[in-house]
Order: sequence, then C-alpha cells, then structure tokens
Amino acid sequence: MNARTETLLWVAQRMSAAVLAICVVVHLVTMTYAIRGGLSAAEILSRTQGSVGWLAFYTLFVVAVTVHVPIGLRAVFSEWLGWQGRYRDAVLFLFALSLAVLGMRAVLGVFR
Amino acid sequence: MNPALNVRVWRGTAEGEFQQFEVPRHPSQTVLDVVTHIQRALDPTLAYRFACRVGMCGSCAMTVNGVARWTCRTHVDKVAKEGRLEIAPLRNLPVIRDLVADMREFFDKWARAKGQFKGASSRKTDFIRVQPDSEARRRADAAIECIGCGVCYASCEVVERNREYLGPAALNRAWTLLNDARDVANAGRLRAIAGDAGCHACHTQMGCTEHCPKKLSPTAGIAGLKRAVARAAFRGEL
Repeated sequence: MNARTETLLWVAQRMSAAVLAICVVVHLVTMTYAIRGGLSAAEILSRTQGSVGWLAFYTLFVVAVTVHVPIGLRAVFSEWLGWQGRYRDAVLFLFALSLAVLGMRAVLGVFR
Repeated sequence: MNPALNVRVWRGTAEGEFQQFEVPRHPSQTVLDVVTHIQRALDPTLAYRFACRVGMCGSCAMTVNGVARWTCRTHVDKVAKEGRLEIAPLRNLPVIRDLVADMREFFDKWARAKGQFKGASSRKTDFIRVQPDSEARRRADAAIECIGCGVCYASCEVVERNREYLGPAALNRAWTLLNDARDVANAGRLRAIAGDAGCHACHTQMGCTEHCPKKLSPTAGIAGLKRAVARAAFRGEL
C-alpha cells in the first residue's frame, strides 16, 4: 500500500471518529431517555418505523463504524500480531463489508 | 549522605546479566560519574559511551532505573531510590556490549526520513530572509535543539511494536526541515515520512515528549507532519 493510500486511510479514520463521537452520544442519550419510563419494543418501533430522520442518523452511524473499525484493527493486527500485507487488508475489507451489511440490516429492520 | 551507592550495571549484549558494584557517593554526582568510576576504578572492561559530559553531544544516554535518560546531566540524588541505581543500555536498539547501544538503525531512519538539508541557493543568489517571528521559524525553533541522544526512540512504545517506524527523532528532524524556508526537498520528504512506518504510526502516547532531556515535543512536530501530509495527499502531491 502506498503512502497516499495509507494517509487517506488515516484521514478517513479521524473523520469517522469525529462522526462517531457525536453518534455515540446521541445514541446513548436517546436510549437512556426513551426507556426511562419503561418503554416497550413496540413503542420504540412505532417511533422509528417510517422515520427518515432516524434512518439517516443510523445509516450515518453504520457508515462511520464501517470505515472506522477496520482501519483501527489494521493497526492492531500490525502492531500486536505482526500481521501485515494484502491478505490482512483483504480480510479487513470483508470484515468492513459484513459490518455494513449487518448494520444496515438492523437499521432497515427498525425502519420498515 | 549515604556512604555508598548500590549500583547494578548490565553486562553482555542481548544476553547477559546485571553486575553489582558499590560506588562512593559524592555531592552533585551524575550517573555518568558513577559509570566512569566503575570503569576506571572497579572494572576496566565495562563498555559505555560518552563525549562532551555537558549535555551537548547526545552520546551518553542509558536506561537508569527503568527510564531512558542523558546520564551526564542526571544527578544521582534525583534518581537513586534508597541509594540504588540500575543502569542498562537504551531500549529499542541492539546492544553492542554492556551499556553501548548500536545507534545505526536510529540514524539510518533519519536518512530514510530525508533528514538531510537540501538547499538550492548558491554563492550567486541572494540570502533567503527568514523573519525570526514568522510562524514557520518559531515552529522550527521549538524543535531544532535535538542532540540525537536516542532517549525518545528508547521511550517510544510504537517503536517497540513496529520496528519499521521511523521514530520521534527522525520525524522531529523532518519537521524542522519542513519549516525551513531554504529547503527544497519537502515533496519527497513528505512522501518518505507518510504512512504506516511514518508519522501516521504515532499513537500520541507522548513517551518521547515526556522523556526528552531537551524538553522538545516530537509529538507536536509529528502532529504537524500529519496535517502537512494530509494536505499534500488531498492536493495529489504525495
């Protein structure tokens, strides 16, 4: 991997971290607020289903996770396990893909 | 003052053991004084390295009670716990013998980071005027006093994990040149210091900044390099 690609990966991880910092706070605050009076799953679904706002928010959350986590794991694999090279990057690409698919499946699950 | 210091000194290379010595205490005694006493009075086979003895040459750095330090400016009073000292070679570098670390990879990485100044002016061109209070000059000033002692390199946990990482000193050098208006090699320098083995490997743990005997902050320089490299990548100059 060349220096430019490695640099852009670093930028992507920093930018996704900034997005995640906001998303995680909104997610936790909303969860805590929503269940404080004993909200049921059905009531939560009634708020999320058809809500384009929540769909957009959680889609952004999933995209940020999909970008952020594999790049971080790339450094962890390299420094802790000494695992480098194309095979590592291919495995992480598949991991990113599975994060995106599973994440969006969950997001669409509460939207539809 | 205690009558004697209990000193354990590393003997050998990567394989070896600590040898115990008793060294008399003196006022204002430095760790280098202790090592010198051992070599001159107790065991002349002890290998160690020093030159200036006044904190300029950067050759006497060792690991003292687990921390990398310049031994010529480290007073025994400040580091000896209950009159005990443990002195070992710098970490993260091969050991040649006893307290002498092999500095080749450390300085080879300065070269890999394009740490050589490259100017374009000749005796026929006019001087480049650098304003002392300009931002670039102040940034270079903050980083320029490195003596190449290797304390930052030995204190860096990323170097320990990633042997290809250029390390704080080489990157600090690149940062000073990046801020030098006379230098013309910055495009290639940014390519050399970008990526997994360069500035992007730094986790900002600041071991280098905490232990630098000259109180420099390679971490700040590395952060500046990350910004400069990102800008170059977006402009397609990397």
